[in-house]
Amino acid sequence: MPENLSALDLVLTGDPALFAIVRLALIVSLSAVLLAALVGVPLGAAIALSSFRGRDAVIVFLNAMMGLPPVVIGLMVYLALSRSGPLGSWGLLFTPQAMVIAQTILVTPIIAALARQTIEDLWLEYRDELTAMEVGPLRRLATLVWDARFSLITALLAGFGRAAAEVGAVIIVGGNIEGFTRTMTTAIALETSKGNLPLAIGLGLVLIAIVLAVNALAWALRRAAERLAG
Amino acid sequence: MIGRLVLVVAVLTIGGPALAQDKSIVVASTTSTQDSGLFGHLLPRFKARTGIDAKVVALGTGQALDTGRRGDADVVFVHARSEEEKFVAGGFGVKRYPVMYNDLVLIGPRSDPGRVGKSKDIVEALRVLKARTLPFISRGDRSGTHLAELKLWKEAGIEPAAGKGGWYKSIGQGMGAALNTASAAEAYVLADRGTWLSFRNKGDLAILVQGDKRLFNQYGVILVNPVKHPHVKKAQGQQFIDWLISPEGQGAIAGYKIDGQPLFFPNADDPNA
Repeated sequence: MPENLSALDLVLTGDPALFAIVRLALIVSLSAVLLAALVGVPLGAAIALSSFRGRDAVIVFLNAMMGLPPVVIGLMVYLALSRSGPLGSWGLLFTPQAMVIAQTILVTPIIAALARQTIEDLWLEYRDELTAMEVGPLRRLATLVWDARFSLITALLAGFGRAAAEVGAVIIVGGNIEGFTRTMTTAIALETSKGNLPLAIGLGLVLIAIVLAVNALAWALRRAAERLAG
Repeated sequence: MIGRLVLVVAVLTIGGPALAQDKSIVVASTTSTQDSGLFGHLLPRFKARTGIDAKVVALGTGQALDTGRRGDADVVFVHARSEEEKFVAGGFGVKRYPVMYNDLVLIGPRSDPGRVGKSKDIVEALRVLKARTLPFISRGDRSGTHLAELKLWKEAGIEPAAGKGGWYKSIGQGMGAALNTASAAEAYVLADRGTWLSFRNKGDLAILVQGDKRLFNQYGVILVNPVKHPHVKKAQGQQFIDWLISPEGQGAIAGYKIDGQPLFFPNADDPNA
């Protein structure tokens, strides 16, 4: 990134390096949230609707995994993807794909745990109705997920917030390579280490603005969808 | 299954740069070369000449060599000669080429409570810091600068670990973070001149000791051994090394200046470096 420029200058002049960083940060975090939702929502719903021995333990475990330190996930993914690791032949270390994998692991428990709670609450409400209608378990699950879709957006946003804010995992598995795996948070860490504190703070404000914009967009979509749904 | 799915989606969304036949190498290097801005100056020139993207992962020297040992980089570009020679002797690297040097400087508060700034003798300065238990920030991260620091303490006959948590604070972070800490704590710190010159949060810090021959800091570059790690991009990695030690690469290194001051001094032609 050019020296002697404030973050505001970078935004106003449409600095291509800044936009590449923002673009990558969004692609990585949104891909991770999408993948985590594909796994986490059905998983959370399945736990919500089932009863089995050790269910409480599973729920406690899932809730605890929401607090997984990004740096630990980063390290585990690093060791797995390293050329000397079990998945080394994929050649994915220090690539955006590796960052997506790490963030997906980070975000999945958050979405699964929040989806479990949301759907369980809804299930308690609809239990008699759905039982009386004698629908099968898969249908039941799909109905509840569909009915909870607006509330589940909050779970996805919580996951997105976590992914967009973390630096520990992406810096380890991505390597903070300029123009390739540098994202907002790793750029902020780098500028801080260069003692360029005003630029670091400025980039932080840009990041907050982006997260705000994503949340506003999600809220607007939810409103529009609710109106359509009547 | 999930891994496969992640891969498919990630490749679809990002376009699979890792799977494409791109011309790129991964260089594991040090924070001093990145934070000082040297790579920002060199890499576009290297790319213009060869079309190869050199992707730099900036770590401490110890960690950079580990990355090479694991086969996660094609080239390592670091500064700790004895460690580099061990790396080659262990079969992890093909050959070590000297590239350039810079020097370390002792940074401290402008007021210099230990009055160490009046002499050029770095070892004597460290003895004063210890005797007066003045705060000292150590990288503590097995980086080249950290190893050089430990060597100097040894020469001074001091075991700094005894002062850990007290006057000697080992932070386990990069050069910039160590300078930020020293700036906030009005402490002494050993830094490479390049990072110091380009550092923007100097606060009340200043160079106190410089010019001692023992502060000389040599950089070497090594191709990771393709015999050990067959996926290493041997030809492109060697092209990077050849360019660095060529007159063009050496000239580019000499031409990198901040405020008119050169940061690194090319010396690929010095067989003893």
